[in-house]
Amino acid sequence: MNEAAVKPITIKELSRRRELLAPGHRLCPGCGAPIALRQILLASDYPVVLANATGCVEVSTSIFPYTSWRVPWIHNAFENAAATISGVEAMYRSLKRQGKIPADREIRFIAIGGDGGTYDIGLQSLSGALERGHRFLYVCYNNEGYMNTGIQRSSASPLGADTTTSPAGSVIPGKREFRKNLTEIVVAHEIPYVAQSATIPSRWGELVNKVRKALDAPGPSFINILASCNRGWRHDMDETLELTQLAVDTCYWPLYEVINGEYHLTYKPKEKKPITEWLKRQGRFRHLFRPENEGIIKRLQEKIDRDWEQLLRKCGEL
Amino acid sequence: MAKIVAYSGNQAIAEAMRQINPDVCAAYPITPQTELMQQFASFVADGLVDTELVTVESEHSAMSACVGAAAAGGRVMTATSAQGMALMWEIMYCASGLRLPIVMTIVNRALNAPLNIHGDHSDSMGARDSGWIQLYSENAQEAYDNLIQAVRIGEEASVRLPVAVCYDGFIISHSIERMEILEDEQVRGFIGPYRNEFHSLLDVEHPVTYGPVDLQDYYTEHKRQQVEAMENARRIILEVGEEYGRLSGRRYGYFEEYRLEDAEIGMLILNSAAGTAKEVVDDLRARGVRAGLLKLRVFRPFPFRELIQALQGLQVLAVMDRSESFGAMGGPVFNEVRSALLELEGSPLTFNYIYGLGGREPTLSEIERAFSRAQEVLQKGRVEVLHDYLQVRE
Repeated sequence: MNEAAVKPITIKELSRRRELLAPGHRLCPGCGAPIALRQILLASDYPVVLANATGCVEVSTSIFPYTSWRVPWIHNAFENAAATISGVEAMYRSLKRQGKIPADREIRFIAIGGDGGTYDIGLQSLSGALERGHRFLYVCYNNEGYMNTGIQRSSASPLGADTTTSPAGSVIPGKREFRKNLTEIVVAHEIPYVAQSATIPSRWGELVNKVRKALDAPGPSFINILASCNRGWRHDMDETLELTQLAVDTCYWPLYEVINGEYHLTYKPKEKKPITEWLKRQGRFRHLFRPENEGIIKRLQEKIDRDWEQLLRKCGEL
Repeated sequence: MAKIVAYSGNQAIAEAMRQINPDVCAAYPITPQTELMQQFASFVADGLVDTELVTVESEHSAMSACVGAAAAGGRVMTATSAQGMALMWEIMYCASGLRLPIVMTIVNRALNAPLNIHGDHSDSMGARDSGWIQLYSENAQEAYDNLIQAVRIGEEASVRLPVAVCYDGFIISHSIERMEILEDEQVRGFIGPYRNEFHSLLDVEHPVTYGPVDLQDYYTEHKRQQVEAMENARRIILEVGEEYGRLSGRRYGYFEEYRLEDAEIGMLILNSAAGTAKEVVDDLRARGVRAGLLKLRVFRPFPFRELIQALQGLQVLAVMDRSESFGAMGGPVFNEVRSALLELEGSPLTFNYIYGLGGREPTLSEIERAFSRAQEVLQKGRVEVLHDYLQVRE
């Protein structure tokens, strides 16, 4: 990827672009997903085609006979957004090669899935599509659980989280496992562009500019976006962005990108806040503040510290 | 001019795919389909086709990529067998529900467990309600002919449904036989270019939402439209079969009647064992037994009206199933046929044999035994065992 060729966009320019996710969708008030989606769609200089895995975004934006999508969009099933978009992209390449669509028509392809559709059931489909080198961007909007089906645990749910299938009980204090590091799994596929991102108030261009780089990458690209679900995380509807900022400022969700294997930190908090700052604001972690669960918070903090240090090394910041 | 060749079933299908020249093919290897995709991959590697070959990591992704590719507006094909088809299952319903005319070869193979790689019909028969048109083939020639016709049938605007072309694993897929292939230009002329009559995903000026959420308010109507498409396919299958007959000299309908006109006892069978059964019919006829055969080609849509016409006059009918429908009153073909015969006054006495599971060879003498049972039923005037096994050690 020629990084210089990817121009950062100004907020003025962005504000003039047409919204491609129409209002009237039925996502919950305060949901983190549409904030990210609107930014993704606004970011592209090219027409885009989207494949959407089953999940909150899909069921809330396409209730027949209505649709929120002002771009071509397909929902196939839960576990196959990556395979589906690879078919779309293969047809595009085939028809272009055969001269059946104009050679100068540039289209970009995006697959979108939640953490359930990406970390868990869709992981094989994603891995296959990345290995095959289709030129597409996979966006995981990660709200750390199966929120659409009623807040069940996924492999993206953090240690200790109280979910409906890892409930905080009198014997078992919530989820017993650490979350999977999907971003690093994708990095291991050695694709041109991988990033972790989030819609944080302190950097309006954080996600938009990563999407622009991803869409210009000469092969597969992937962005893992932390997006709060206030129903599952259990916080007030107007705290979404604050909570996202805290996830980043505690280094629980570091923002970085890996371009052709090279790590770059894209945001370094001025002051690394303790994880309790983030945990204490969410109902799903309330039980962790009971004295008998102190150890869980300690384990979480230690893991964050260790991972953060490793990341700083990879990014040449240490 | 037709060319006479010696091809295995898999080679015949690979050749038909080369001539059809689909825009995208997404497939995953499985025995006994493997050789077909290997051959096609070499056509791609040698630049003999324009196809974008997507070598996916599973059959689930194969069908998923086919759905994406077909919705993007072009001709799409794949092939599989048994477990592979079972893994595609979920997305087969998406292909038909989204009205995408994907053409898939199913090289029929038994389903696990226990593991068996040989031919029976448990794979495609299991998917009989998935909304796919199903064409069955006795031999490599019919498989080749069916595949070319499948493109036309599925893509017809009033149909727009996926089509499966089935033939028996190993027995047909790996046996070499004499057959005729058309010239490339004849095939391409017959199928014509893919017509983009609907807004595809690549039509970025006209964004379309494919596969929305469709709740109580509309789901029934959409399913009803799918039924209509399947009904429309009845006429299209016959028209395409006629036209193909004019092109190739081989005319196709819903089924083939073999010495059925004045028959007393008959057999209904599909795929490769029909060849064996024809031999037995000839032998019985030589001995003065009025035996006949109906070989079913189209199982979906099920041609019940025409079928009962053809079976009129028979006294006894043995329906042969190469797959089981556990706990049902006989195999899937039997249930459909018997249900259709309720519409026929004076319908033949009908019974069911399960045969050839996991590739067990239905020999001449085994098929003859089924006809002997039919003769017994004729003499006694009643069916004593409705659902039986032709080849089993009890």
